Amino acid sequence: MNEALQSLALTLRARAPAWVREVVPALTGVAVHFDPEHAELPDAPLAAAEALIRECIDAMPWRAAGRTIEVPVCYDPEFALDVVEVAEKSGIEPADIALRHSRAEHFVLMVGFSPGLPYLAGLDPALALPRRATPRTRVPAGSVAIANLQTTVYPFETPGGWSVIGRTPLVLFDPARDPPSVFSPGDRVRFVSISRTEYARLK
Amino acid sequence: MSLRIVKPGLLTTVQDGGRRGLQHLGVVPCGAMDRVALALANALVGNQAGEAVLEITLLGPQIELEEDSLVALCGAQFEASAGEGDLPGDRPVFLQAGMRLNLRRAVRGTRAYLAVAGGIAVEPLLGSRSTYLPARFGGLEGRALQAGDSLPLAADAARLAAERYKRLALRATSRSGVHSVRWSAPALTLPEHEPIVLHAMPGRHHGEFDAASQRAFFDSLWRISPDSNRMGFRLAGATLARPRGGEILSEPTCLGTVQVPANGAPIVLMADHQTTGGYPKIAEVAGADVPRLAQLAPGGTLRFALCTLAEALELRLALKTRMDAALRAISWEYGK
Repeated sequence: MNEALQSLALTLRARAPAWVREVVPALTGVAVHFDPEHAELPDAPLAAAEALIRECIDAMPWRAAGRTIEVPVCYDPEFALDVVEVAEKSGIEPADIALRHSRAEHFVLMVGFSPGLPYLAGLDPALALPRRATPRTRVPAGSVAIANLQTTVYPFETPGGWSVIGRTPLVLFDPARDPPSVFSPGDRVRFVSISRTEYARLK
Repeated sequence: MSLRIVKPGLLTTVQDGGRRGLQHLGVVPCGAMDRVALALANALVGNQAGEAVLEITLLGPQIELEEDSLVALCGAQFEASAGEGDLPGDRPVFLQAGMRLNLRRAVRGTRAYLAVAGGIAVEPLLGSRSTYLPARFGGLEGRALQAGDSLPLAADAARLAAERYKRLALRATSRSGVHSVRWSAPALTLPEHEPIVLHAMPGRHHGEFDAASQRAFFDSLWRISPDSNRMGFRLAGATLARPRGGEILSEPTCLGTVQVPANGAPIVLMADHQTTGGYPKIAEVAGADVPRLAQLAPGGTLRFALCTLAEALELRLALKTRMDAALRAISWEYGK
């Protein structure tokens, strides 16, 4: 469902007329922001937007045209702040948690909350746990964290309630880069397990 | 050529017309909270509508201008001085090199915009000079201004100031070394009296709130809570019951979206809001009314009036008509 939506968002962005300002996919919907003062805005903008969306649904490919990206992650206990708790609750050994997490293909459902922060589907159901009862007030930048059936990666040090199982040395959002974000909606993601030495080298 | 911050004030940031086209990567447009005042301040000094300015909140900064400059202060009315004289608002003011501006406090409204001919020339990031406080980038090092900061101005700012002010010479006037004009631009966003009335369309989850909460939203007098900021204005007044189903999956949000989190106190999303949110949306404030809301401070009061999308677009058109008239009058003064 979300994959079709990402495909729709990409198709909409490619075909959008000038009065459409932004196309923003989320988990189960797409926002089409329009410029109410645009010279070419049709008289009935809602009807025109609906017609555009219908046209794009007919034209879109059903598999999202996102890229496949590899994200190095160090699952060392130094970075996996909550791995002991996840292991206790799921009954899966820490080493096996890293293996199950990096073996799966993940899919970017949405980028939101803060710049460059992805919501990824594809977590092994055996690792699915609710969010932590008490959110951490400071989750280090680069932390890879899981909750329910999803993974996220924190681009900045922020508060967060997901269980941290590793850390990537990548800078996930850099406003001086084009594109600024490592993750885009519709991308496929593989997490590649790296050692602490490799982490230090890539950092 | 630079502008030096002697004292920063409560919250002074660099803002412009905003960052566009990156919401799908989690980057909201941000930019000036009161876009109308931004456009007027820029027009008064001969800039394009979306040039970078200082957004000044409630308690203003003290500023020193290194060279001759043409400035304009719009939006909130401030008790303000330039050197030994008063700094008049809503009009172009020519200041000689070394003059100190002291913007003491807002006497009406909350946010003022100080434009300088040529604009504030910090490096643009992702197509904008706006400070994005939540992710700490844009503007000057992604933060509010501090004492001792020096902001770059356009290299030819002094020349622009002299040239542009000369074009206004016919109706110019000088008092205590402050050179200004005998006319002013209208303040289009300042509240006449409180509570202000904001037009709002039913949000996507409006129908999922119970009838009492739907009524309470449009009947209550709402007060802006102290923990409001550029991300959102939190409202106190009534407690709305959560809709059945509770949390929703995160959905896109807009400037002016009214979310209702678990505690039942609505939040109106403002310029720095998150691009997506998981709280039910009870209403969407008409875009034309957001700049007026931006001029309320914590403690300010408001009511919501139900409107349709067509009415919201009409309000927008009406505001644009008033804006265009003001901009035409300014161009006329410049002899364009």
